[in-house]
Amino acid sequence: MKVGLFIPCYINQLYPQVAIASLELLEKLGVDVYYPQGQTCCGQPLGNSGYEDDSKGICQLFVEHFKTFDYIVGPSGSCIYHVKHHFDILEQTPEVQKVRNNAYELCEFIVKILGKTDLGASFPYKVGLHKSCHGLRGLKLGSCSEVQGEHYSTEEDLLNKVSGLQLMSLNRKDECCGFGGTFAVFEEAISSKMGKDRVQDHLDSEVEVLTGADHSCLMHLEGIVNRNKQPLKVMHIAEILNSTL
Amino acid sequence: MSHATKATAFNKDEAKVNWHDKALWYVREKRDKSAHKVQGWEHLRQLGSSIKANVLSNLDDYLIQFEANAKKNGIHVHWASNAEEHNTIVNAILEKHNAKKVVKSKSMLTEECHLNPFLEAKGIEVIDTDLGERIVQLAEEPPSHIVLPAIHKTKEEVDVLFQKHLGTKPSQRNPEYLVSEARKHLRDKFIKADVAITGVNFAVADTGGVIVCTNEGNADMGVHLAKAHIACMGIEKIIPQEKHLGVFLRLLARSATGQPITTYSSHFNKPENGKEMHIVIVDNGRTEQLSRPDFRASLHCIRCGACMNTCPIYRRSGGHSYDYTIPGPIGSIFSPGKDLKKLAKNHLAM
Repeated sequence: MKVGLFIPCYINQLYPQVAIASLELLEKLGVDVYYPQGQTCCGQPLGNSGYEDDSKGICQLFVEHFKTFDYIVGPSGSCIYHVKHHFDILEQTPEVQKVRNNAYELCEFIVKILGKTDLGASFPYKVGLHKSCHGLRGLKLGSCSEVQGEHYSTEEDLLNKVSGLQLMSLNRKDECCGFGGTFAVFEEAISSKMGKDRVQDHLDSEVEVLTGADHSCLMHLEGIVNRNKQPLKVMHIAEILNSTL
Repeated sequence: MSHATKATAFNKDEAKVNWHDKALWYVREKRDKSAHKVQGWEHLRQLGSSIKANVLSNLDDYLIQFEANAKKNGIHVHWASNAEEHNTIVNAILEKHNAKKVVKSKSMLTEECHLNPFLEAKGIEVIDTDLGERIVQLAEEPPSHIVLPAIHKTKEEVDVLFQKHLGTKPSQRNPEYLVSEARKHLRDKFIKADVAITGVNFAVADTGGVIVCTNEGNADMGVHLAKAHIACMGIEKIIPQEKHLGVFLRLLARSATGQPITTYSSHFNKPENGKEMHIVIVDNGRTEQLSRPDFRASLHCIRCGACMNTCPIYRRSGGHSYDYTIPGPIGSIFSPGKDLKKLAKNHLAM
């Protein structure tokens, strides 16, 4: 099984430790991982802002870089969602279809494709899980609180197997963090208020480390935590799953 | 003014934003608890949506069937292609009855058509009789929510408003006192009204009757006391048969407030002896919306308001920030579809 590791642009630039943890974790699990040099942004910011047509070149480039792999795995629900659901703007060649069908968010790949939940990690902290909208409602990584049915959560399945980790229950289990990419720019007041409220829920729930599978949400929340000097550490779920503390 | 600008203004008072957010989240949680007790809830929602899809694909036939059956029952049926025609038709009915005083139960359609200012300019008194609607009417504001029109107002603000307009005593924001005073005030308006206007929640094609859902019984009181009843409905309010009503009544109140059913589900099938009943069927952009594949599903909406209660943006920006008659998530889909030029100017949050 050949896996192409997709590292979203903002993780590459701002959070290299998340990329390193993703690579180490996959290799630890015995996966044959490749990092295609020259990979760029998936085109999501353009698409979300209404410039889908202008993003076709970037989307096509993504396909060129990843078309030879059995699976494309990335530590970001929203970017993977973009590849899977918004690459419909490209001509649907067999290569485009292959890339769309085989793109997986990291947690989903580990649980669904590798069939593993106990990764041998240990992390002795109280952890709060932020469920990103793209991951939850887009990729269906878990059940939504407003929908009737059995509870499930891909990220919880993994975190519950981490030795020493205590997963804390939040008051609002799947409320948006307010980031929303360019939404944070165009709707600054609401975006920061939503982030502030999300952080407060974690603090009220005695969380020590806030985590999630979408680092763009975490970037927004970490910015608020840092600005307000709040006692909360923010880490990507790959860092926790790769941890042996 | 853009949504972002209005949202920024709303966020100046953080304590009020927190209060607004919590009040609506409370309603969302009530909805979850109540809905999740119904076995097959998601199936019920799908069934409701499928019935609406059928209605929209056969709308012309159902509307004609509805009209024929309503006429058979002695109801006058009118067709309005836009807001202006709707308002003109309503005014003509009022003139015929020489009506100067009108009571109106909750109707987002008449808000959409700006009926109140139209009639008021002709010297007609229009009183909104739903308590929340009456509060925003006294405050000279539009509703900020389709089910909870005055949800942006605190008890303190209502206290001050009632002192000014209803002559109440300062009540230390006592809700029981405020409600009982509103009741006395509205009772007087009901008794003196010439004509009652209501909205319509559902219109049944095979009976020609309409159903109006309220918690306050204000639609019934208005209709039963006045000499004529005008029910105003959008063309999408049709359901095929009375048996389909159970699906929607089970969905509506649970989704809206977490109640199993609204206190009153009133069936108006024909005029009372010696009185008149009119139904005004309004298009006002709905046919065009129906023709747009991307917007068509917005006509499935039963106006429960659940999308507003669950929306983290709505809860923190208030209904007025949207600048549409119908705010929130559904308003952001429904309203701009009626004016795509305005949409192009608005970078809007969904």
